[in-house]
This record gives sequence, structure tokens and C-alpha cells, in this order.
Amino acid sequence: MTYFPEEVVEHIFGFLSSHRDRNVVSTVCKAWYRVERLSRRSVFVGNCYAVRPGRVMARFPGMKCLSVKGKPHFADFNLVPHDWGGFALPWIEVAARGCPGLEELRLKRMVVSDESLELLARSFPNLKALVLVSCEGFSTDGLAAIATHCRGLRELDLQENEVEDHGRQWLSCFPDSCTSLESLNFACLKGEVNACALERLVARCVNLRSLKLNRAISVESLARILARTPHLVELGTGSFTVEHRAEAYQRLIHAFRKCKSLKSLSGFWDIAPRCLQAIYSICPNLIVLNLSYAPAIQGADLVKLIRHCFKLQKLWVLDCIGDKGLAVVASSCKELLELRVFPSDIYGTGTAAVTEEGLVAISSGCSKLNSLLYFCHQMTNAALITVAKNCTHFTRFRLCILDPGKPDPDTNQPLDEGFGAIVRSCKDLRRLSLSGLLTDKVFLYIGEYAAHLEMLSIAFAGDSDKGMVYVLNGCKNLRKLEIRDSPFGDAALLENVGKYETMRSLWMSSCDVTLGGCKALAAKMPRLNVEVINDRDDSDEMEENPSDMHKVEKMYVYRTLAGARNDAPEFVEIL
Amino acid sequence: MEDVKGSDGLGDTELRLGLPGTSTATRSAKRALPEGDEESHDELRRTSAAKAQVVGWPPIRSYRKNSFPGRKVEAEAAAGLYVKVSMDGAPYLRKIDLGVYKGYKELREGLDNMFKCFSLELSRREGGSGSEYAITYEDKDGDLMLVGDVPWEMFISSCKRLRIMKGSEARGLNSRH
Repeated sequence: MTYFPEEVVEHIFGFLSSHRDRNVVSTVCKAWYRVERLSRRSVFVGNCYAVRPGRVMARFPGMKCLSVKGKPHFADFNLVPHDWGGFALPWIEVAARGCPGLEELRLKRMVVSDESLELLARSFPNLKALVLVSCEGFSTDGLAAIATHCRGLRELDLQENEVEDHGRQWLSCFPDSCTSLESLNFACLKGEVNACALERLVARCVNLRSLKLNRAISVESLARILARTPHLVELGTGSFTVEHRAEAYQRLIHAFRKCKSLKSLSGFWDIAPRCLQAIYSICPNLIVLNLSYAPAIQGADLVKLIRHCFKLQKLWVLDCIGDKGLAVVASSCKELLELRVFPSDIYGTGTAAVTEEGLVAISSGCSKLNSLLYFCHQMTNAALITVAKNCTHFTRFRLCILDPGKPDPDTNQPLDEGFGAIVRSCKDLRRLSLSGLLTDKVFLYIGEYAAHLEMLSIAFAGDSDKGMVYVLNGCKNLRKLEIRDSPFGDAALLENVGKYETMRSLWMSSCDVTLGGCKALAAKMPRLNVEVINDRDDSDEMEENPSDMHKVEKMYVYRTLAGARNDAPEFVEIL
Repeated sequence: MEDVKGSDGLGDTELRLGLPGTSTATRSAKRALPEGDEESHDELRRTSAAKAQVVGWPPIRSYRKNSFPGRKVEAEAAAGLYVKVSMDGAPYLRKIDLGVYKGYKELREGLDNMFKCFSLELSRREGGSGSEYAITYEDKDGDLMLVGDVPWEMFISSCKRLRIMKGSEARGLNSRH
């Protein structure tokens, strides 16, 4: 294709939206590599330690949007010690020098300091969007800097971050001249914000389409806000504590009726069941509904609501909806694509809220379902086989049986056959999380049938090294493998070392891998970082120079062009 | 000096769900439910203790877990922060929820109120050094301990039942309060 002028090639590349496609075309020849790298606008870095920030900026000088991910996924469940790493500052510093025209920055599971946010706010005059997901390390001071200096900001999206509250003034820092906001999400903030400043802000941002408030915003304030933003498409309410006879509540119902464009609802903290009536008028238009922070809503109340939501595509609920409630969802929500059922009784001591029956009901009513996260107390092979027959379009299937290693209660058998049916039937499956009693057999099935599997999460499963080997040898598209509390050791780890260079990362904790095994892996594969993460409590043990036979508590392996990182804390050893 | 670091020696330091005292050999496909009844009661009790200790399970983001502080208390109450309280000489026992008390002071006041009807002196305010009664508890290991020695959080997680003992019997347990 060298006889095409570069502009034509570049134009053709413009139709490639996926960064993976662009990565592939850039390996065809030097000419294509050059055209591609100069024209790439949106860069995705799946592991912040896989490549140095400087290298990214140098390769993609035209970059406008940057996404970076930091900590491994199991950090969400407190398995990664607090100071492990994943700092945003180096990326922001380098981008400030090399790419000042940056327009969008997305960070996930990274440590973002106030200093980083201040630098960000001052360095990128064209910044239009800042999205922080599951990050920590900053306070409302950093947000104040963003609000003050980022003229023309369109999107500020804070999802599930740990943010220190240093006062409510940050929101008031948006200048009166700021009218550009289209999306504002501060639902994860714990502290109060200046309600008046907020109301004025939303009133002057006429293009605002997505607004997610935090728990501190009262119903009265919500009613006033909605009156000013009748064109909202997505709304996250604040606290919904209100007496249903109160005037504020009546005004709220009235305001909701005027919001004809609302398609997505979330929030609803502390909502009393009776107050759900306020949103009945919106239900027929709802595409997305998140009630997973409303523990006071029991099955019966939810059911009344859901019956009206026939366009619903995405539903997040607590398991108080019950199997019967899920049956109502199945009969009402024929367009459902994604369902998440979270546990309300985390310590597993109460009555079973949802079981395999609920899932089977959903599968028979919602055949378009492609994404599932389901926490339940028990599951049977028969149910999973039925689900596999009914729903063949799963791309994400995550099942969490709360009691680790629990067998099929009807037959006392492991759940190998059930999960086997899922991977056989759902040919587009990209993400799978296993639970319950499982032997090596389930991994044999996964290796054989899950051809497109990219991410696999394993906990308390398997009998021997063979299990892990089936997966490593079988799943050609595997990118992320995370394993905890399973009997896989050095033999499995070292069976197919080349595989890890085709993957983003491997996490193993509380398995049978030894220090010697990790050292062997590191020696064989210099382009992998093999991190041995010791628990803080064991720091005394570390000084004793543990033997190679010592089992490693936590190991994180990832391919990298950057070599060993220089910001690792003392409890992380990079072999 | 140290024992040879064979796999058995390190077994105790491994983080596993396995019930205390079991080895990896039990983690097989053939693991069926226990046969005997006494075994299963024991196993259930140890399983819930083990369950509470498994880090990062169930896999729910801390953000979500922390959003429900109220629910957590409910769950703990259901999980058995209720303990029996017996008092020497009283005709029947009481049951209290340790979770509702913030500390030892509130606990003593609560017990005061509860057992007032038996006209017995619980408060150490009366009569200076010698209190008629001592509040003791049975811990996880089955030992009889004096209430007040360990931090409150540690106490409520290890206390299985309370016993208000007569001073004469309690003398041996008195600490330097």
C-alpha cells in the first residue's frame, strides 16, 4: 500500500475506532506505523507500569485523549496494600510538557494527589473532560483547583473514588463564566457542597445532560435543581429522605414530570419505599436504573416500579428484590442487556435473598442479556445449564456464590458442568468470574471452549496445577488472569512462560507459588516484571532473607517495556 | 532455631479458607458434606468464624461496603453479638446485644439496669474497693475472663457469654481496677 499517499492512509485509519485495531495496523510496515502514530488521537494505557509516560508522548504527539489504569483489579477488594503504587503524577507531569493540548484524561485505580490535580488544572487549557474511577489520594482542594482553572470543562466525572473532604467550597470555585458543563458527577463525595452554588451552576450550564449528586444533597435542593434542568438525560439523586406528605416531595414529583428526557436514574440513598412513586412517570422511558444503594426498598416495592420499565436495558439492584422480584423483571424488561444483583447481607447470615431460581427466571425472560454480575447464596448445575441455553449472548458473566467452595446443593457436585455449559454456549464470552466448588475440569472446559475469553477471575477453585495450565494453554485471547486461594504452584506458573508476554497481567495470591518459582520466571522472561508483594505484617520475615521454598503470599506479573519501576514501596520486591 | 521450612511448617501461615486444622488434602472434588451431626455443627461454627476472616471476600468494592454502615451493624447483630448473661443467684438469664454498647461503661450501666430487679449491687461506686460482684465472660477458648482488660473491639469479638459472679468467687480474677 506504499503507493497510496499518506493522507489517504491516514483517512482510512480514521475509520478505525478501536485502539486495538490501530495497534495492529501500526505493525504492518514502517510507513503505516508512522502514519498511524502521528494520527492517533486517543491513547489507552491498560497498565501504567507497562510503558513510560515519556515514550507514550513521544510516539503519539497528536494525542488528545489519554486513558491510564493503575492498580490490579483485586485492589478493589483490599488485596493490594495501600501504598503499592499507581501514581498519576508522573503521567500528568510528562503530559504537561509533551502534550499541552490534552483534552480528555481518564484514570482508573490510580493514586491521584491534590498536587497532581493542581498541575493538571494549570497545564491543560483545552481540558474538556476529566474522569476518575476508583481513584484515591485527593481531596476537595484538588477539585477546587480543577473547578477554578479548567475553563471550558465539559465533563467532570468522579466514580467511586475515595475523596477527602476539606470543605464545601470547591463547587463554588466554578466561575460565573463557566457555562460549558455537560456532565457532572460527584456522587462519591461524602461531604456537603454549597447547594446555592450548585443550583446556580446547573442553571447556567444549559447543555447539562448528566448530573449525579451526592448523598448530602437534600430532596428540597433536588427539586429546585430539577426545575432548572428539565433536559437532563441522566440523574443521580442525592439523599431521598423525605416525608411523602411534605411539600418538597410534591414539588419533586412535579419536577420529575417535567423531565421528559430522563433515561437514566441512580442514587436514591435512604429512600423510603413509598417515595418511589415519585419516579413512576419516568419509568416508561428508563434505559438505566441503579437502585443498588437503596437497602430499604424490598422486593414488593421494587416490583411495582419495575413493571413500568419496559425499555430498561441496564438494571442494578440489591438482592432484596428476591427471586420473585427477578421473575417480574424477566416478564417486564424484555430489552434487558445488563443485570447486577448485589448482596445486601454481606456477612451471609440472613435468609437467602436470591438463588438460582431468580437467575433462571431472568434468563428465560431476557434473552438479550449480555452482561451479568450476580451475588447469590447458592447455584446449581441444572440452573446454569438452563441459563446457558436461554442466553447465548453473554460477553460478561460474573457469578459470586457467597460461600466459597460451595457445591451444587441438590447434587453435592462441583459446578464444573454448569460453567462448562456457559462457556460452550456463549461464544462471545470475554469476561468470566467463577465461584462455588470447582475442580480442574472446569478449567479444561474453559481452555477448550472460551476462545474469546479475555479476563478470568478464579477464587477457591481447582485441584492441581493442571487447572491453571488448561487455561494458559487454551485461551488464546486471555489478557488478564487473577487467581486467589487456589492450589496452583510453580509447575503451573512455569509451564508456559511465553504466554505472559501476550497478556496484560497475572495476579496470584494465597496460591502455592514459591519465591523460587517467581525467581525462575523472572530469570526466563526479562520483559516481565515479577512483583512479590509482602503483607506489611510480614516485614520482619522479609529481612530474614526467605528461602526459595517460601510460598509467596501475593504475586503480580505484567509485561513491560519500562523495566522495574522505581516507585515501588519496601514491601514490594521486583525480581 | 527454625524448623526446616517444609510445606507443613508453613501451612499455618497460609491464607486459606480451609477450616482451622484441616490440610490441603481435604480440598478435593470428593469433598462432600460432613457425615456426623456433631461434626457439622462444629464445622458450621468454624466456617462462619473463618468466613468473617477471609480478606476481600465477597468481592465487593470497599466503596460499596462502606456505603452501608447501618446494614453492617444489622448483620453483625444477626451474626451473634447477642450473648447470654447469667447472674449468680438470679432465677433466669438475660440476653443482650453487645453491638449496641459503645464501650465498657455503657455495658456496665446496661447490666446495672437489667439486673436491678434482683436488688444486687453491681456498681463499683458503692463501697469503694470491694464490689460485691464481678462481671466476667467466657471467651472463644472457653476460659473465664474478667471484663475490662482488653480493648472493647477485641472483647466483643471474643465474648461468648457473660457471667456476673459473686465477689467471694471472683476474688481470684480481680485486676488492679
